[in-house]
Amino acid sequence: MAKLKSLEELAKLREDMRTRTEMRVTGTNPDRVVLSVGMATCGIAAGARDTMKALAEELAAHGIENVSVVATGCLGYCYAEPVVEVRFPDKGPILYGDVDAKRAKEIVDQHLVKGILLDHAIIGKGAGRR
Amino acid sequence: MNRYRMHLMVCGGTGCRSSHSVQIVEALNQELKRAGMDQEVQVVTTGCFGFCEKGPIVKVYPDNVFYIEVKPTDAAELVAEHVVKGRTVQRLVYKDPAGGQRIAASTDMPFYGQQIRIALRNCGLIDPESIDEYISVDGYQALGKALSSMTQQQVVDALKKSGLRGRGGAGFPTGLKWQAALKTRSDKKYVVCNADEGDPGAFMDRSVLEGDPHSVVEAMAIAGYAIGADEGVVYVRAEYPLAVKRLKIAIAQAEEYGLLGAGILGTAFSFRIRLSLGAGAFVCGEETALLNSVEGGRGEPRMKPPFPAEKGLFGKPTVINNVETFANVCPILLNGPEWFASIGTEKSKGTKVFALSGKINNVGLAEVPMGITLREIIENIGGGVRNGRAFKAVQTGGPSGGCIPKSMLDLPIDYESLAAAGAMMGSGGMIVMDDTDCMVNIAKYYLDFTVDESCGKCTPCRVGNKRLFEILQRITDGKGTMKDLEDLETLGGTIRDCSLCQLGQTAPNPVLSTLKHFRDEYLAHVVEKRCPSGVCQNLIHYRVVAEKCIGCTVCARNCPVSCIAGERKSPHVIDEDKCIKCGVCFTKCPVDAIVKE
Amino acid sequence: MSSTATTQTRFEELDRYIDALPDRKGALIQVLHVAQDLFGYLPQDVQMHVARRLNIPAAKVFGVVTFYSFFNTEPRGQFTISVCLGTACFVRGSEDVLKEFEKQLRIGRDQTTADNLITLTTIRCVGACGLAPVVMVNDRVYGRVSAKDVASIIDDCMAQGGK
Ligand SMILES: Cc1cc2nc3c(=O)[nH]c(=O)nc-3n(C[C@H](O)[C@H](O)[C@H](O)COP(=O)(O)O)c2cc1C
Ligand code: SF4
Ligand code: SF4
Ligand code: SF4
Ligand code: FES
Ligand code: FES
Ligand code: FES
Repeated sequence: MAKLKSLEELAKLREDMRTRTEMRVTGTNPDRVVLSVGMATCGIAAGARDTMKALAEELAAHGIENVSVVATGCLGYCYAEPVVEVRFPDKGPILYGDVDAKRAKEIVDQHLVKGILLDHAIIGKGAGRR
Repeated sequence: MNRYRMHLMVCGGTGCRSSHSVQIVEALNQELKRAGMDQEVQVVTTGCFGFCEKGPIVKVYPDNVFYIEVKPTDAAELVAEHVVKGRTVQRLVYKDPAGGQRIAASTDMPFYGQQIRIALRNCGLIDPESIDEYISVDGYQALGKALSSMTQQQVVDALKKSGLRGRGGAGFPTGLKWQAALKTRSDKKYVVCNADEGDPGAFMDRSVLEGDPHSVVEAMAIAGYAIGADEGVVYVRAEYPLAVKRLKIAIAQAEEYGLLGAGILGTAFSFRIRLSLGAGAFVCGEETALLNSVEGGRGEPRMKPPFPAEKGLFGKPTVINNVETFANVCPILLNGPEWFASIGTEKSKGTKVFALSGKINNVGLAEVPMGITLREIIENIGGGVRNGRAFKAVQTGGPSGGCIPKSMLDLPIDYESLAAAGAMMGSGGMIVMDDTDCMVNIAKYYLDFTVDESCGKCTPCRVGNKRLFEILQRITDGKGTMKDLEDLETLGGTIRDCSLCQLGQTAPNPVLSTLKHFRDEYLAHVVEKRCPSGVCQNLIHYRVVAEKCIGCTVCARNCPVSCIAGERKSPHVIDEDKCIKCGVCFTKCPVDAIVKE
Repeated sequence: MSSTATTQTRFEELDRYIDALPDRKGALIQVLHVAQDLFGYLPQDVQMHVARRLNIPAAKVFGVVTFYSFFNTEPRGQFTISVCLGTACFVRGSEDVLKEFEKQLRIGRDQTTADNLITLTTIRCVGACGLAPVVMVNDRVYGRVSAKDVASIIDDCMAQGGK
């Protein structure tokens, strides 16, 4: 990456990058689903790395490609770590708590593949996020 | 790929369950079946929505319609109207108590407006290790704006107008601090970020650094431009390895993109940032001690004045701000100071991030506008006290703060009102205590902390706090006298008035505030030699209630020092002199015949 | 800390770090961090060496080392188990966890087991209060620890020991 030499170059880079994160902010990118995993100290301590791994493995097992798994910071729900947020295009985010490897697989098998939300795993409070 | 087109999310939190949300799930399932929709619509039980007083809650996904106070008998209408015909059931949606307006979408509800994310805007949203993602959410735009279209004075003016006050504890207006540093002439100036976060129970700075490190890097560069500094230092705790790692990545990426370094964005402005690791001394969070530590020395506070803005790091003018303070800077420049000043109260503008912990259900971070009440934070956002126990107090401000009792829960939070209550905003740690926490013991805990962390430079703090601790130790041992209570107050006052730095000046706060609000607990310890919460070991006695004891011998067999005697099927007796108060018998007795007093 | 490196090579590495410093002014604490990483602790000869290389009095180095709780002048075990006694952990019962470690390891606070495997210490908040009570083993954070988990944490250390 060459250095940005002006404000214009920065603005251009922002436009280029927008699409990459837009779906996470607005959920408007039509063909990608985003799974964000909280990976702050407490998330990692609660096992978020295993969660990440399980998500990736299960997605690969199903041959699903239009899903991005991203590591992100604290989502604020430390009591329910590890936390995973599912964003489908044009739908509000769904936040799952206490996502161990088993639940991570269920998120893929049930929610992503079959459209079935997991019972007793959703953090209700996450419902009001942006 | 979606099997279901719609989901009915029913709250299964404790509050809603007690108002029959389980039956609502059953009723909804029945109605869906009857309407032949059970293959299209799924009913799913979720955790608490944080709106328990209006529960049970049913939320329709993805329609984003939020129903409150739903009864099992409402299921038929919900299915017939909303699910089948797609019409919102108006009578079950939230009505704004102020305007009387009905609000269906949860995102529009003022309740969710209770959380406004400014400092935490990107936490949990972007990948903290990617500068590209940060740029895509307007990252480095504020720096660009400042460099291209604002003078140094205009940047300072924007901060002054915003009303932003320091989030590190004292609440000093940030704009004034920057102004003082801008005004002081010098060949060299510094910007320092205080990321020491030593206050136990506070983790908001860590979350910002781990979740959005670029927001701090960018704001430091803006501060550098505003005051005319070309060097920044982040002083970060060595106990936060992940935060250190992500900061390093952020700084390296910003350098690579030319957003740090020489001639930023084609202008004449140059700015570099380096890290300085703390080494485990709480007092180094104090700004002048921190400067000594960055200079490589012992972290002992300096006399003020001169203030760091005049004579700071290596004797040069220095702006020193907290992580969260910096995290507010970019949105202020981008959205305008008026926008920021419109949030919060008269004297405390914007939001504050609180770290909720202790005996609370939903431990976590909450960013709320200033002026919201403690009750709203603890009950709505925190979901109330764990295990259904009774709330006793909330501790704010860490070792410098105090304990706020139940009677003051409706206190609106800002710098002034918390100080008036004998507590402190502090960094924003909020530790909830329940009826099993002994307030005398908590005061002793904090004193132990300050005694440990006192740098020893001045006597009132070094010796005085030790004496305070010893008095508290006596009281919790059951050897306290009424004179001790008096001494706590007078000695506490002296330490407050005579210590050099705020560590010493505020150290008696936990004692003085508990003495004020929980005097009865102190009296119980001193006069009745009793610990009402059953915490202080030396004041606990275990006793078998003869009438209740069925003589099962369980306690006697489990007592590690064999001090319980009694025949099978007849009441047992504890030998008080031998008892080590381990509490085993108390937990083992099948009929609760053993009492703790 | 790599166990294969000889004292000699550790000193050399420390010197390389010091020589690469753009500015030695104010570098003492950062140098001590690096030295402690290399040697595991800061014995007197290391402190003297740092003083000479940075051209500052040994008394100043000693003053700094003793001021900060992060620096140790005694060797530590391969694993440092730190029980958080921060307020959030304290009110959720971390003292009981500490007592259990003391009991099972048969050592007190700030002591090391006879086989040099484990040092037991306390810290005050690692910022993972959401998972209180918290225990740190070297850099790894264990959350929601109760007295019941103590044995398995110790077993983890024993299993990895010597590596
Ligand atoms: C004993 C003591 C500890 C402190 N610890 C911290 C800390 O960990 N983090 C912090 O930002 N400020 C801390 N402060 C406050 C700083 O002295 C200073 O007010 C703050 O860094 C200024 O930044 P602000 O205006 O942005 O809040 C502490 C103060 C005292 C007296
Ligand atoms: S008040 Fe305490 S911490 Fe502050 S300078 Fe005096 S002894 Fe040191
Ligand atoms: S508290 Fe412990 S020592 Fe005392 S009687 Fe009960 S079991 Fe025995
Ligand atoms: S365990 Fe309870 S009921 Fe049984 S002997 Fe002891 S006190 Fe009596
Ligand atoms: S750090 Fe994990 S949700 Fe807060
Ligand atoms: S229990 Fe349902 S909203 Fe809290
Ligand atoms: S109090 Fe233990 S991690 Fe914060």
